[in-house]
Order: sequence, then structure tokens, then C-alpha cells
Amino acid sequence: MSGRRGGPGWLRGYAIGYLVFLYAPVFLLPIFAFNDSAIIAFPLRGFTTANFEQLWATEAMHGALANSLKVAVAASVISTLLGICAARASARYEFPGRRPIIGFIMLPLVLPEIIVAVALLVVLVQLGFSLSLWTVVLGHVLICTPFSIAVLSSAFLNMDRSLEEASQDLGEGRVMTFLRVTLPLVAPGIVASLLIGFTISLDEFIIAFFLTGTEPTLPVYIWSQLRFTAKLPGVMALGCMLLLLSLALLGAAEYFRRRSARQTGSTGGYL
Amino acid sequence: MSLAAAEAPPAPRRRWLRLPGREARRGLALVSPTFLYALMLLAAPLTLVVLISFWTQDYLTLDRTFTLANYRTVWLDPQESPLYRLLMGRSLAISGLVTVATVLLAYPIAYFVAFHVERNKALWLFLITIPFWTSYLLRVFLWKVILGYNGVLNSALMGMGFIDQPLTFLLYNANAVVITLAHAWAPFAILPIYVALSKIDRSLLEAAEDLGDGPLRRFWRVTLPLSMPGVIAAALIVFIPTVGDYVTPRLVGGTDGLMIANMIQVQFGKANNAPLGAALSVSAMLIVAAISLLFLWLNRRFSRGGA
Repeated sequence: MSGRRGGPGWLRGYAIGYLVFLYAPVFLLPIFAFNDSAIIAFPLRGFTTANFEQLWATEAMHGALANSLKVAVAASVISTLLGICAARASARYEFPGRRPIIGFIMLPLVLPEIIVAVALLVVLVQLGFSLSLWTVVLGHVLICTPFSIAVLSSAFLNMDRSLEEASQDLGEGRVMTFLRVTLPLVAPGIVASLLIGFTISLDEFIIAFFLTGTEPTLPVYIWSQLRFTAKLPGVMALGCMLLLLSLALLGAAEYFRRRSARQTGSTGGYL
Repeated sequence: MSLAAAEAPPAPRRRWLRLPGREARRGLALVSPTFLYALMLLAAPLTLVVLISFWTQDYLTLDRTFTLANYRTVWLDPQESPLYRLLMGRSLAISGLVTVATVLLAYPIAYFVAFHVERNKALWLFLITIPFWTSYLLRVFLWKVILGYNGVLNSALMGMGFIDQPLTFLLYNANAVVITLAHAWAPFAILPIYVALSKIDRSLLEAAEDLGDGPLRRFWRVTLPLSMPGVIAAALIVFIPTVGDYVTPRLVGGTDGLMIANMIQVQFGKANNAPLGAALSVSAMLIVAAISLLFLWLNRRFSRGGA
């Protein structure tokens, strides 16, 4: 079978057709963002950059963007720190209950987000917390941590343990060994984890929708705009910018993940 | 996909009985911040949701006397329960369809990348995952643009002369929800199947060929059974979260495509009846868990019978 490079023609055609299906909505985004028409439909009218110019003048959007950036930074940093603890523990140590504990931490990966959102909302309301950007951060950390662990686990698992042993043999303590040998070795994994956490938090809607107070995050703002037909061209332009930002972040994450893989000598998959 | 990397062979059972040694203590200490976070912000909240589902809303306060009234409303009440049961059934049916469609569509592409792409595997996987990282809300909204009355699909079909009138069955119904969700969850189905396929020992495939199996028989008797763990994982990863999807039914589902999550949101929001919302959430979770376990059990029986 490996003799037939590229596989049978129909399979290759299917794969390309599938990619078209996957990318169809993404391709439409720039088309409508630059289209000179108040409605999002074909036929196209003409080329304009007015939708982008309008974005600079929309104060509410700037506020939402600032909120989202704050939340995304906080959530990605906290979830990466928590991810480092869990990934290191699971990769390096054997302890009772390892699998159920890690499995439980990974649970938000498969739970419907609305359940996570509702559960957190109920607790926060019962405890008398007022909803704010911090409550959104609490929720986002919960869903970003599993992704951090996935990225960091492979970094820790693939690291050459003998380097740590050498450091300890040469007289460094455990803490210094971790700081001076282990951390630099998994640093690309940590950067990848930060970038992925940031991207997930920036895009997350349901949890933010339930847990945000008076300050909307960007997806919550977009949701409020989707109701008004007149606002849609602007939303398309905003979507374009977000798309570029996500691509840049993911390109960077992928670069660091590969560097991490090269440094630690593995060739693991994307997640 | 990711879980597989984090898992090592399980510890022998005896370890549970022994006091944790130095290594184990260090591991536990190290995992504890993350574990505590998950306990406080996931286990405790989920427990509270279960508790609240047995309470009642009394205007602005909660009446904490234990009652099954909410579950009775959800499942037995002659006036209200038909709506909830309809939404629950529809959510399960839509998710089931989405799961089947997503896995069937994903399998060939996972197969293609695993067996027929040689140098650019990572690039293909990257290309497959990129759309997933773009704004979920906008992706769903753009499906509305594609499927709408004046949408991309209708304009294209009319432009090419296939139809005279725009098709109306595309948007604002369950079909639209299925298409949109099958698109949104594609990478989650492709990756686990890809991992399972790439783990298959190629010599087994050669052996099947040497023993006279044609390509189809070899696929049916060797490749497919060996990739079943990936298929099962993909099915569960798609099925469980899509039952609770809120955005897609709301944007493209119309009134005939609304799902249980929309009702849960209404109960926690406008209707201000958190206990009923909690009972709906718990019911949905229990049904999903039961179906998932049944699915796993059937698969285990089926694969044991086959081997």
C-alpha cells in the first residue's frame, strides 16, 4: 500500500473536498468583510475597507476586546501553571490514584460547556459572589487546563531524564535542578500551552455568557451584535481580524511545540 | 488524542494498600494544586447542581426542603413535560446523527493522512485543526449565511440553473444544526481515529495481504477492527458535548431545531427557575452518561465476540 504514493485518486479527491468543506465558512469571512453592502448575502457589491475603519470607531468593541485580553492572559497563565503541576506529576511520579485524578482534571474536555457554565454560576450565586471578569477567568482556567496538560505532558514525558539526574549528581538540589534544567527543556511546551490557553479563552463564549457581569468579553459582544443586521458587516471585519490573530497565535504555538519536540527528541502530534 | 499521551501503564493494585512512599508523596503534592482547583470549581459545583435540583425556587430565594417536584415536572407533568421530553429526545437524536455523520466523514480523511500522506502528515493535521481555532460563534453564523434563503448555496444553485426557487429546507431546522455541528466537531473525530490508525502494526496488514485478503477484505477484517478504539473515542468525544450545544441550535436551528441547552439557559435566565434548570441538566447528563456506558459496553461485547 505504501507503494502507491498519494493513495487512490478517489481518496485524495475526498480529502481535498473535505478540506473545502472545513474551510468554506472561513473563506467567506474576508469576502463579506470587504464587501460593500449592508447585507451579508450574494451577489457581492464592491470592494470596501469601510467595515474595518468602522471598527476603530466602535468604543464598545474596544472595551470588549480589552476585557477579553485580560481574561485570556489571566486564564492562560493560571491554567499553564496548574498544567505544569499536573503534567509533571503525572509524567514523573507514580502515585496512588494517578489515573482517576488526572482523568477527573481532564473531564472538562468532554463535559458540555453549558454544564460547566451552569454549575459555576450556581456556586458563585450561592456564595454571593458578584459576577465579573474574574469569574469568567475561573471558568476558563477549568477548560484550558486539560489542553495545557495535554501539551505539557508530552513535553515532560519526552524529556531526557538523564539530564536531570546528571544535574543532581553534579550537586544541584531538586528545586534548582527543576528551575535550571527541567524548565528550560520544557520551555517551548510552556509557551505552546500559554498560546493555546490564550486562544481558547479568547474564543470561548458559553462560559463567558453565563459568568460575565456588566463587562462583556469579545465573543459575548459579538453575540449581542449578531442580532442586528446593520452590525453584521462590522462583525465580519472583526471576525477577520480575530482569524488573523488566531492564525498568528497558533502558528507560534506550533513553532514552539515543534521546537519542544526537537529539543526533547520526539515527534508527537499536534495535541 | 491527547489523553493517550498522558497515560502510562496502570499501577499494580497493591499500591493502593501500601502507605504512599516518598515518590508517591511528591507526586501527590505536585498534582494537588490542580486537583484541588478541579475539586473546588468542578466537583463541588456539580454536586451543588444535583442538590439544587431537589430544591424549589421561591421567588428570589431557594426553598431547601427536599423534593422530587422538579423531576416530576421534567418527566411526568402532563402540561410541561411533553416539551422537555421533546427537547431531550431531539437533542439526543441530533447529537446521534451528528456523531454518525462526523465519524463517517472523518474516517476516510484520517485513513488518508495515516496511510497515504508520507512527508507532510503534520501539515495535514495542522490544516485540519486550523478552522477549529477560529471563532466558534462566527463559524456557526457563517453556516447561516451559507444555508440561508439568499445564502451562498441557494445563490450558487440558482446561478447554475439547478433550481428556480431558493431551497427553504436548508436553514432553521434540525438539518442545519446537524450540518453545522458536524463541521464544528470534525477535528475532534479525525484526530483520535488518526492516532488509532497510525498505531496499527503495518506487518499485520502485510500478513493479511500475504494470506490472500484483497484490499476490501483486509480493511474490513484487519484495519477497521484495529482502529475501533479511535472510532469509539471519536464518537464519545463528539456525542457528549454536542448534546449540550447552545449556540448552534439558537443561531441556525429555528424553533424546530432548539435543543435542551436552550431550555436550560432559559430556566437559569429569564424563567429564573434554577432548580428546574438543574433538574434538566442532571437528567440530560444521566441520559448521556447511560448512553455512553451502554455504547462502551456493547462495543466491548461486540469486539470480544469478534476476537
